[in-house]
Amino acid sequence: MREITFSEALGEAMYEEMTRNPTIFTYGEDIAKQGGIFGAYKPLLGKFSDRIIDTPISEEVIFGSALGAALAGMRPVAEFHFADFIFTGMTAVTNQIMKIRYMTGGQAKLPLVLRGPDGISKSAAAQHSESIETIFMHVPGIKVIIPSTPYDMKGLFKTALRSDDPVICFEHKLLYKMKGPVPEEEYYIPFGVADVKRKGKDVTVVTTSRMVHESLKAAEVLLKEDIDVEVIDLRTLIPLDKKTVIDSVKKTHHLVVAHETWRKGGWGAEVASVVQEEAFDYLDAPILRVGARNVHIPFSPPLQDFVVPDHKDVEKAVKKVLGEV
Amino acid sequence: MDYSKEFLQGLYRTMVRSRAFDSKAEELFLEGKLPGFIHLYIGEEAIATGVMANLRKDDYITSTHRGHGHMIAKGADMKKMMAELYGKITGYCRGKGGSMHIADLSIGVLGANGEVAGGLPIASGAGMAIKLKKTDQVVVAFFGDGASNRGAFHEALNWCSVYKLPVIFVNENNQFASTERVQETTSVQNISDRAVSYSIPGVTIDGNDVSAVYETVKSAVERARNGGGPTLIEAKTYRIKGHFVGDPTLYRGKKEVQEYWKREPIGRFEKKLKEMGMLTDKEKENIKNEAEKEVEEAVKFSEDSPFPEPVSALQDLFVDDTGYGY
Repeated sequence: MREITFSEALGEAMYEEMTRNPTIFTYGEDIAKQGGIFGAYKPLLGKFSDRIIDTPISEEVIFGSALGAALAGMRPVAEFHFADFIFTGMTAVTNQIMKIRYMTGGQAKLPLVLRGPDGISKSAAAQHSESIETIFMHVPGIKVIIPSTPYDMKGLFKTALRSDDPVICFEHKLLYKMKGPVPEEEYYIPFGVADVKRKGKDVTVVTTSRMVHESLKAAEVLLKEDIDVEVIDLRTLIPLDKKTVIDSVKKTHHLVVAHETWRKGGWGAEVASVVQEEAFDYLDAPILRVGARNVHIPFSPPLQDFVVPDHKDVEKAVKKVLGEV
Repeated sequence: MDYSKEFLQGLYRTMVRSRAFDSKAEELFLEGKLPGFIHLYIGEEAIATGVMANLRKDDYITSTHRGHGHMIAKGADMKKMMAELYGKITGYCRGKGGSMHIADLSIGVLGANGEVAGGLPIASGAGMAIKLKKTDQVVVAFFGDGASNRGAFHEALNWCSVYKLPVIFVNENNQFASTERVQETTSVQNISDRAVSYSIPGVTIDGNDVSAVYETVKSAVERARNGGGPTLIEAKTYRIKGHFVGDPTLYRGKKEVQEYWKREPIGRFEKKLKEMGMLTDKEKENIKNEAEKEVEEAVKFSEDSPFPEPVSALQDLFVDDTGYGY
């Protein structure tokens, strides 16, 4: 199968759906001429010129106008530039987009997508490195997709572009250039279906985004020590595929949750709670969490490496959950 | 103003209906029949009425927390409005929104909004949709004086100016942001002065004069429909009632309020119509009686309606409404 980058997968999804559906349009900072700061929209440059719009740095209107455009019959895709800056327009997301359908008693259909980069890159420091997906899992009213491979990116994003509910998509900066197999033929990935990225029998690691790759790396290392790790990529946090996680725990009896966002109060804590509520008797050890330490993402490379988790942290947690440390 | 009797009486009727609705809502609230809290449009009716007389059903508005008058003038069903105030299942939002979140998408009301300036980004997006769809619809974004100090106002004006969107910004300057006087919290004498920063026309008018509102909005709507872009209209009025029903109003004296009662828009327009020979006492009485009857029917409808089943609180989060509310 051909291989394309994560970024190209997003561009293809947009290209195919924009060709099919004239109500899709997209806007944000630095996208129409530059193709987005990480180049995700490069495949679209020169096409659909009136439907790719560069905007002022006005996040509250970028997000709030997505709601208005959706109510008025369009299907907007608004880019948030950096996940950290969602907060500058946050009220339009949590107070407007996420509440309006509910508050109007189900009158409103909101076919809109918010998307953009999150996570660390090479020393971008605390205001350009955050992973904030948990917040959107916590507040009701938006579907949260967080793909880890080009294949998942394209399939999930195409589903997002056909959803009549608001969707937010987090794309990890370090994944944009990653290549992976993506079929030529059209496909969609439904929300709420986790993907077992590696089958294993000893420990279940539930993860997303960049940490999927770190977890797979950890699994390779641990195999040499005869520890067989199952890596589950949730792919979407809302809806959450509890069943795949619980079925895996029933088999392995050990669970580690791993994400780049802060360990404290991260979505892994929710997954851990669900598992202990619904599958406590299957657990042979307490659930362990891997996540960033409880400080902001620092600038200097050794500091960033110390704060943000990688495969070594997953390896340690897996051994600890097995009682081998 | 050279308009037909029917048209002028129509404006008058809309204002009277709006006043009747809010007067009843105030009464019901004070009797303890309505949950939550409500914000009355009493004294500001000329603005919604004058604006909406220029709009078509397929034009959009975004409303505010003080939005009953906008709804009525845009053609909403008083029964469903009142039932929503009661928290009944027959209300516009099936009891999930209440007074501050009434919406009727079928008549272009994209929602009242509990957040000050919350509607302005939404209006900007509706404007983008119109431009992309190449229709001649317009959007009116209502907002208060307090909203003009929020970032969303400034972002939205710049945005709509840059893209020349068909959005008319109607500022209802009722002199108070909750308990704070506008002149103590705002850097400009007239909020319309702020239009200069965004290279769009800005105009201040007497918001208690329904004819002035109608005429001013008429030209702004024409400009917008013809691709001329946004306008900022500041309609100066006065919030005769408290911020919410039950507001102790410690921030102003009774005398000031009494003075402003003399300038309220319905009495003024009534006098003008009589002078013009466009309204007889009998017609006036009929209009008032009809409005009161309509409100009474809305109250009866609401009181006869059931509350929502508690479990219905778990519905309406998503279109795909399976398993998300729990």
